[in-house]
Amino acid sequence: MSLADKACVSGIGETAYVRGSTRTAFQLQIESSLKAIADAGLDPKDIDGVIPIGIVSGIAEDFIDNFGIPDLRYSTVIPHGGASPTMALQAAAAAVAGGVCNHVLITFGRNVSMGSNKAGARIHQMPQFHYVTEYEYATGAIAPAQLYAPMARRHMELYGTTVEHFGEVAVACRAHALRNDNAIMKKPITLEDHRASRMIADPFRLLDCSLESDGGAAVVVSVAERAADLRHRRVYISGVAAGHPDSPGSITQRADMTSLGLAKAAPRAFRMAGVTPADIDVAEIYDCFTYAVIRQLEDLGFCAKGEGGPFVADGRLRPGGALPTNTHGGLLSQAHVWGLNHIVELVRQLRGDAGAAQVAGATLGLVTGYGDMGDGALAIMRRG
Amino acid sequence: MNMADLPAKPNPPHSELAGPYWDGVVAGHLLLQACTSCGTVRHYPRLLCARCYAEGVEWKSASGRGRIHSWTVAHHAFHPAFVGDLPYTLVTVDLEEGPRALGRWQGGTPMIGLPVLGKFVAREAGHDLVFAPVE
Repeated sequence: MSLADKACVSGIGETAYVRGSTRTAFQLQIESSLKAIADAGLDPKDIDGVIPIGIVSGIAEDFIDNFGIPDLRYSTVIPHGGASPTMALQAAAAAVAGGVCNHVLITFGRNVSMGSNKAGARIHQMPQFHYVTEYEYATGAIAPAQLYAPMARRHMELYGTTVEHFGEVAVACRAHALRNDNAIMKKPITLEDHRASRMIADPFRLLDCSLESDGGAAVVVSVAERAADLRHRRVYISGVAAGHPDSPGSITQRADMTSLGLAKAAPRAFRMAGVTPADIDVAEIYDCFTYAVIRQLEDLGFCAKGEGGPFVADGRLRPGGALPTNTHGGLLSQAHVWGLNHIVELVRQLRGDAGAAQVAGATLGLVTGYGDMGDGALAIMRRG
Repeated sequence: MNMADLPAKPNPPHSELAGPYWDGVVAGHLLLQACTSCGTVRHYPRLLCARCYAEGVEWKSASGRGRIHSWTVAHHAFHPAFVGDLPYTLVTVDLEEGPRALGRWQGGTPMIGLPVLGKFVAREAGHDLVFAPVE
């Protein structure tokens, strides 16, 4: 049995993305959840599966209590950071395809503005980072930018990837964000702006780093037959897979520091969907850092390993490019909600509802997740 | 900011199974786990040998010699205790025993492949593994 086309994303919801929200992570999560359920044409009591993302917002019981769900049949927790939303599509598709439940809510909210909950502190509360916390943190390897920078440096040294290649990803995401009313970043940027932005963790400059922002996002995954009766044109999950890098808890100890879990997952998902990278019309690629996009494009098979820099250099990812990527602005320029916003945007594109950001004729797209120190997942979705 | 006003650097708890590693740090030794069944050397400390699944370990002192695998320079303090250290360089080193170690760098611009030697240097509430080029 394959999960291909057994499940659809039937509903999508997002809050406004902002900085300095006074609403709690759970309030933001609930707001986006209610929007996604209404978008599907469902009632909250119809939800019979829930996958809350992350550790800072609601748990499954909170949804039973607040929605009065009479019979929640399925819940799980996926502890892989930014890979969790796309991995949750896999879990939800398996659950509905196996007849465990019919409508799974995948939902996330975060508020990083309240309190002192900054990136450098957050990861050390997560068990996935226990090696970093015990052996690297006190020496000064504190935040993801510093953990990933040595990967990017290796890629530059081994393959000749340049500052301009990184900059092109930042510029492309910003250009898309300018077409999205719900993107935090509103001003255009150039390659020169990127190069002039202050250094954070060499080789990462400020404009290589994703945003810190507040908001919530949610999707509903429904068994394909029932999705036919819901509000929107069906968007099928045609291929979905997850993979983990070697030494997932320590980049320092990873034999090939430039390798990611996505390399293992991508061939599985393309095989399941029966398509190739050349068939993809639009891509939403997890962009915690510009480098991560370049590296994932290689693992996805759009180009060979080491060629991700030249691949993006001709404006291919920009609006109107050959592979429009992060058409909402991504984590770099829309908002950071662990990539659940990437899934929402892909569904919007495949429905044809993306407004000024719409990629003309988009019928097949993909979304990736990237978690912690290189856990990977992707979903290939098809317009029904 | 006056350096005296900086908060303390983090001092995360040590795991039970890494006790000998941390005792070694205090004594100035970089100790690695070697499997007593098959001899495979591993780092960071963990319960099982991933090759033969045995728990038994002998702690072996690494020479501190190796080559730079990669590096980064911190220009932003993600923890306020590090403001006074900026900019500082972190190097990932291929130890001659096989595993890698992360440490601070004392030298010019690092180069991948450069031979280095690492030593533990005491600081307030802990030690940093500090690598420098081999002359």
